[in-house]
Amino acid sequence: MNQKTLECTEVSKNFGSIAALHNVNLSLPEGKIIGLLGPNGSGKTTLIKLICGLLTPCEGSISICGHEPGPESKAIVSYLPERSYLPDWMTVLDCLDFFRDFYEDFDYEKAVGMLENLKVPAKARMKTLSKGTKEKVQLVLVMSRRARLYLLDEPIGGVDPAARDYILNTILRNYDENATVLISTHLIADIEMVLDEFIFLQNGQVVSYASTDSLREDLGKSIDTYFREVFRC
Amino acid sequence: MAWQFTGDRPIYIQMAEHITSGILKGEYQMGEKLPSVREFALMASVNPNTVQRALFELENMGLIETQRNTGKFVTLEESRIEMSRNEMGKALVADFIKSMKALGYSGEQIKDIFENERKAGESNESENA
Repeated sequence: MNQKTLECTEVSKNFGSIAALHNVNLSLPEGKIIGLLGPNGSGKTTLIKLICGLLTPCEGSISICGHEPGPESKAIVSYLPERSYLPDWMTVLDCLDFFRDFYEDFDYEKAVGMLENLKVPAKARMKTLSKGTKEKVQLVLVMSRRARLYLLDEPIGGVDPAARDYILNTILRNYDENATVLISTHLIADIEMVLDEFIFLQNGQVVSYASTDSLREDLGKSIDTYFREVFRC
Repeated sequence: MAWQFTGDRPIYIQMAEHITSGILKGEYQMGEKLPSVREFALMASVNPNTVQRALFELENMGLIETQRNTGKFVTLEESRIEMSRNEMGKALVADFIKSMKALGYSGEQIKDIFENERKAGESNESENA
């Protein structure tokens, strides 16, 4: 049971001469909701893409519940990309079928229920949906899997505040002791209450990894305030 | 609607205070079963581990008790609840005095203004009744 959900060891990633990530060491336990925070271009999305195997590290290694990124890890990682990849011509229900075929851990009934709660028209084609509604569909698909690690890249960026609350509650409702959720976002104040821990990335390096409550205990500051201090422009 | 928390103190402590005041106000009666961790987490829109920690604090204070397999219950010991009421009341008054002093009031003036406002409040209440 001591196995970590995610282990990154000396991970570096360069794009040509640009170092997107440099010597990242992270060890994330199971059963936590963790914020991946940092200014634009700090490497958040690159890190997430490395973990889900869309990119390969130039140096170092990544392990998800003991698996290197690959088919075994993809079966237990549920990834919400920053942009939609669902084909335009599909209906929302087609997308659900698609996910049911792809992932053994996909809970179809749960997805249908969540779509209803969010008032997403299930028979509509993806191309007819607004940007925010597309994001909701995507999130429903991702959260309806029973994964060990959820990677959510900007899950609440494009949706209205009411949907934001629903999404955060969805994350809380689906929380289970074996799963870890990694959320990247700029909207720190909105998600701060649901975070156990947070990671600050800056220029491709981890500058702090701590628990939300210890920050408040030691410095008497919220993550939002601390972020504004650390990353003052 | 999520509960309101301030940024300067740990959330689990604020959460514990919130539940404590719920007990003092009688929203959670003596001996009553409390909502589960998950229910609290959804009500307050906070992390379940935070709720767990808040409940642990309350249990240490003796305000709530765990009954095996059935959940957490408000204590049946009235003295425990009274003790918490005293502590919270004292803290509120201490805050009040500190703020008044910061505004430049003396101890005697605070007493007077408190007495006046208390009377005004009472007559308002009887008018409304």
